[in-house]
Amino acid sequence: MTASTRYAAGVAALLCALALVLVLSLAVGANPLSPGVVLDALRGGGDAQAHYVVVGLRVPRTVTGIAAGVALGIAGTLIQAFTRNPLADPGILGVNAGAAFAVAVGVAFLGVRDIAAFVWLAFLGALVVTLAVYVIGSSGRGAADPIRLTLAGVALGAVFSGITTGLALSNPDAFDAMRGWNAGSLLGRDFGVLLPVVPFLVAGAVIAVLVAPGLNALALGDDVARAQGANVRGIRVAVIVAVTLLCGTATALAGPISFVGLMVPHVARRLFGVDQRVILVVSMVLAPTVVLLADVIGRVLIAPAEMPVGIVTAFVGAPVLIALARRARAGAR
Amino acid sequence: MMRVDVGYPRHVVRIGSATLPLRRRSLVVGALLLAAIVVLAVVSLGLGTYSLTPGQVVRALAGQGGALDRTVVLEWRLPRTLAAVLLGAVLAVAGALFQTVTRNPLASPDVLGLANGAFTGMLLAVVAGAASWSLLTVGAVAGGVVAAAAIWLLAHRNGISGFRLIIVGIGVSALLSSVNTWLLLQMELETAMFASAWGAGSLNGVGAAAVRGAALCSLPLLAALAVLVPRLRQLDLGDDVAAASGARPEAVRRTALIVAVALVSIATAVIGPVAFVALAAPQIARRLARTPYLSLGLSALTGAALLLVSDVIAQHVLPVALPVGVVTVSVGGVYLVMMIVREIRRRA
Repeated sequence: MTASTRYAAGVAALLCALALVLVLSLAVGANPLSPGVVLDALRGGGDAQAHYVVVGLRVPRTVTGIAAGVALGIAGTLIQAFTRNPLADPGILGVNAGAAFAVAVGVAFLGVRDIAAFVWLAFLGALVVTLAVYVIGSSGRGAADPIRLTLAGVALGAVFSGITTGLALSNPDAFDAMRGWNAGSLLGRDFGVLLPVVPFLVAGAVIAVLVAPGLNALALGDDVARAQGANVRGIRVAVIVAVTLLCGTATALAGPISFVGLMVPHVARRLFGVDQRVILVVSMVLAPTVVLLADVIGRVLIAPAEMPVGIVTAFVGAPVLIALARRARAGAR
Repeated sequence: MMRVDVGYPRHVVRIGSATLPLRRRSLVVGALLLAAIVVLAVVSLGLGTYSLTPGQVVRALAGQGGALDRTVVLEWRLPRTLAAVLLGAVLAVAGALFQTVTRNPLASPDVLGLANGAFTGMLLAVVAGAASWSLLTVGAVAGGVVAAAAIWLLAHRNGISGFRLIIVGIGVSALLSSVNTWLLLQMELETAMFASAWGAGSLNGVGAAAVRGAALCSLPLLAALAVLVPRLRQLDLGDDVAAASGARPEAVRRTALIVAVALVSIATAVIGPVAFVALAAPQIARRLARTPYLSLGLSALTGAALLLVSDVIAQHVLPVALPVGVVTVSVGGVYLVMMIVREIRRRA
């Protein structure tokens, strides 16, 4: 019982942390507000300016951050279980490169300037490129070999990022849009941007929850999983679909936010053991906390200017990755 | 005379008492690559707004032909073509060294943070107000070397493991790349675009002096590799066997990586961080010649050909002139995809 007590207490503590960061995210910024003022504004009271800042700007931004965080946490858990590699990142399948390519094409050739349109372009690009990576990486004898998928992701990612750079360098508008988008930011996201992609996020999350028990079987190796009655191929396909939907949604909403999807499931595994269902739930709560916290830090770090959330997460995530690599046993090549 | 069957057709060159066994397929591939480089060079010297036939180019190279032809070929276009050949070779050799030492076909200076580090150094120089080309170059080389040193130190723990080196390299690279994103966001649009074009790696504006300097720095390093290569081949047998046969694996690896970093820095100083040549050229060479190891000589020829082709595409084939680095990334990526597909076919 101690393990499940520990798990329950851990999730409760993480929920408290999320609630705290949520309040911070509503209160902190260029126009700092006290929690009381925030509450008033949420209830529809207070002065007009506070109301606009909280309800008009910070609530949508915070909700978007939570959505992107949840998506990245789940996607990271799935991809690490899928590849049996604790260092796999959901972006490894080419999602970010595909999304960036689509946004660059939209700006350069279609004259798109609007964040709401970026979302759809990015989502479409992410979907198409992940599909291509999957087709290249898993053709042949069926089972999607994780190493080959990774290679295919790196290779296709390189091709698309090359073309994206080329487009950006020959078109100042595209360059300007891309350098902002590439950083990964929650700035200026409103409900008009968020609501249309919520169904995809929910679909991805539902698939993830349904497939989670199967992930435990998969961890024992394909043969044992099959002996236990798991449908290995079905699980694999479901995971790819869910990762694409979730990671595509997150990237579409906020641009490429680095390291959250890699780091959070890893930390969850260290804290609560190897049960994929537990890792999934913990990551779902921990990831949005990290994203919101990074966003809040980005707002105060160089105030009155803002540092995009994706840059802050890289600064937190890269040292964690390096520390993990140093701690890995020397025997594990 | 005793003949030993070594499993492949070979020629043995004898100079005095020294013998040099050469595989026939490697010789043929090397000769073909050399021929391709010569043809590409002549073509690229002839292409441009003032276009010349191959005959005119050859005459100009021989010091004959019209004065204008000679000026265009020898003074305007030759430095650029020579830079592509020399630095393509330099990058490929550096890549082959990285991949041999880490025993990983995905290792390259790009993956190990050198390219991002050089870009960070250059951007910092721009932010600090450096206006001259030479200061930007100093920033870039310093940035690359500092990044490499940081990765080396962070990955060092009871010796260097190839895998840990790559993981730490990815982490540091990602960190530097987000620093770069941030620095670019802070700049005026025009400055940022100029910096990005440089950061992609470009042969634009390479002068004769720069090529001469690069040759003076890199040729001694390449010559020194002749001593190092037999030791590296020993390492291919595994550390234990290598140590038993008299090599010092750790020292050999360190020397090889230092030479590789120096070579990349030279290339970065002249043309910026050109991506993917170092990664792809050794792998292409290996598949062309079917050698069991990464041949430095063939890698060099492949790298030279690859950079020349990419530059011709970047300058003359695409509708807008782009930095050569943008083309090498795409060409290299397409090649990697083809390699994976072929591998899958073989297994299926």
